[in-house]
Amino acid sequence: MTVDSGNELEQQIAEWRAYMRRRRELHTTDAEELEDHLRDRIAELTSAGLHADEAFLIAVKRMGSLDELSREFAREHSERLWKQLVLTGDDAGKPSSGNRRELFIMIAFAAVAALGIKAPALFGVSMEGGGTFYARNLGLFALAPLAAYFAWRRRLAPAVIGVLAALFAVGAAAVNAFPMAEDSQTIVLSAIHLPIALWLVVGVAYTGGDWRNDRRRMDFIRFTGEWFIYFVLIALGGGVLTAFTVGTFSAIGLDAETFVGTWLVPCGAMAAVVVAAWLVEAKQSVIENMAPVLTRVFTPLFTVTLVVLLGAIVWSSNGIDVERDVLIIFDLLLVVVLGLLLYAISARDPAAPAGIFDKVQLALVVTALVIDVLVLAAITGRITEFGFTANKTAALGENLVLLANLSWSAWLFFGFVRGRLPFGRLERWQTRYLVVYAAWAWIVVLAFPPLFAFA
Amino acid sequence: MHITKDLVAASATPLVLGILAEGESYGYAILKQVNELSGGHLEWTDGLLYPLLHRLERLGHVESTWHTPVEGRRRKYYRITEQGLNELAEQRRQWAAVVDTLRGVWNAGASLRPIPAPAWGVAG
Repeated sequence: MTVDSGNELEQQIAEWRAYMRRRRELHTTDAEELEDHLRDRIAELTSAGLHADEAFLIAVKRMGSLDELSREFAREHSERLWKQLVLTGDDAGKPSSGNRRELFIMIAFAAVAALGIKAPALFGVSMEGGGTFYARNLGLFALAPLAAYFAWRRRLAPAVIGVLAALFAVGAAAVNAFPMAEDSQTIVLSAIHLPIALWLVVGVAYTGGDWRNDRRRMDFIRFTGEWFIYFVLIALGGGVLTAFTVGTFSAIGLDAETFVGTWLVPCGAMAAVVVAAWLVEAKQSVIENMAPVLTRVFTPLFTVTLVVLLGAIVWSSNGIDVERDVLIIFDLLLVVVLGLLLYAISARDPAAPAGIFDKVQLALVVTALVIDVLVLAAITGRITEFGFTANKTAALGENLVLLANLSWSAWLFFGFVRGRLPFGRLERWQTRYLVVYAAWAWIVVLAFPPLFAFA
Repeated sequence: MHITKDLVAASATPLVLGILAEGESYGYAILKQVNELSGGHLEWTDGLLYPLLHRLERLGHVESTWHTPVEGRRRKYYRITEQGLNELAEQRRQWAAVVDTLRGVWNAGASLRPIPAPAWGVAG
């Protein structure tokens, strides 16, 4: 090989490397690993008698198309760029007219969602008339259009769409057909748990029917976090809009509050569910992975708070005051801790070794567990004394579901921090556990009302 | 002879784990070994080996380290873990079962007759 062709080869490799760099799915180390491979291949081919430029061409060709390669990398490292993951047919290089069409279709779904909540008014069920119809069915109104939107986006198979529709129908039947009293505990529980159950049904649509896949499930967890953030942002904007509407109209002597209360807020909220989902998918690069950033900020703060709380319980030796709502508060605490854990996991590079943040995270989980066990011990006595009601059973069940998850997580985390278990185990445990949440939510919706005599 | 994509994909994991069970190695060397062992019949797209290696690493079946020789470029080496060895043993059992079954079918030849569907199988 002459000096000249050597230079030329280096230049070609440099161009190839620059081309790889533009792919965000490929990290620098991946590119380096691939380049090492490319150079080995070229060396082999040139030693077999090929010219440097021929060898380069063949080596690049054998490496495979960059599109395919970066898709495979994205599939494997979905934490890097999970939006590209939901690749069902539509790949890179889509013309902008396609994006515009997508935008219009999204707006159509959002409009259907907004109008859907007003549809019952046609049959005389008004929002002002009190009653629990809207509270009971909120999950259906909000999530059915979203599921439909994803069914369209992911081009779901008719069989999958059928299953999703059936699940929505079962949910609708449960909250509307059971003869629950308007002020019963079971009706409140159904209203809370139906959206959770249906959100996981939306998850099936989100994964394009591939819900058994752990990576896709992780994508859905990420999606949930980002969606929540976008929804809150839209709600904040909506709050400002509402305030201005009411304020400016009252300045000219018109009362806009009825319009705001029965049209603007409910329709806007329903549309926002779909819009937020679209934003997560479309505008990812604007606010990329906000949930993990918040997790990083709040994990140490929550850890300190919980450690102090635990210290205070031990030091003051005050028994925990077992009021009615205490169990709910601690359920919510566990949800927050679990959320922090989930979103830390979702953004983590599974191959990175355990660091200080992981230790803080482990401390957070363990402290939450210890506190929760104290609460459970305190509350078991109460329940055995006064018997089970729907609320208590639900709160206790939730606590146990979360406790089981966090205990095993803590164990896996401990193994990981000590370098004995790979991080992937923790990730898989969390994605597999989604099924438990779904099962529990459906049990509360379907089995609790008859079990507790619709009380 | 061209081996179909599905078969190549299905055999990739046990092949890589099997090769790494012999000792630490890196991407290009693994690929060359696959090529030699298969007599050139198993054609892999070079690049796609790496996402596979990364997946095995995430699952904890292999570990990786970057080695930098005194002169020359640094290179990523993969080593099989205890868990990876277990996985390999499991895959071997599964493949043995598949191969045995196939062999049974090939050898049975004419003596193999289609089994008529029992009536309950249709109704149930």
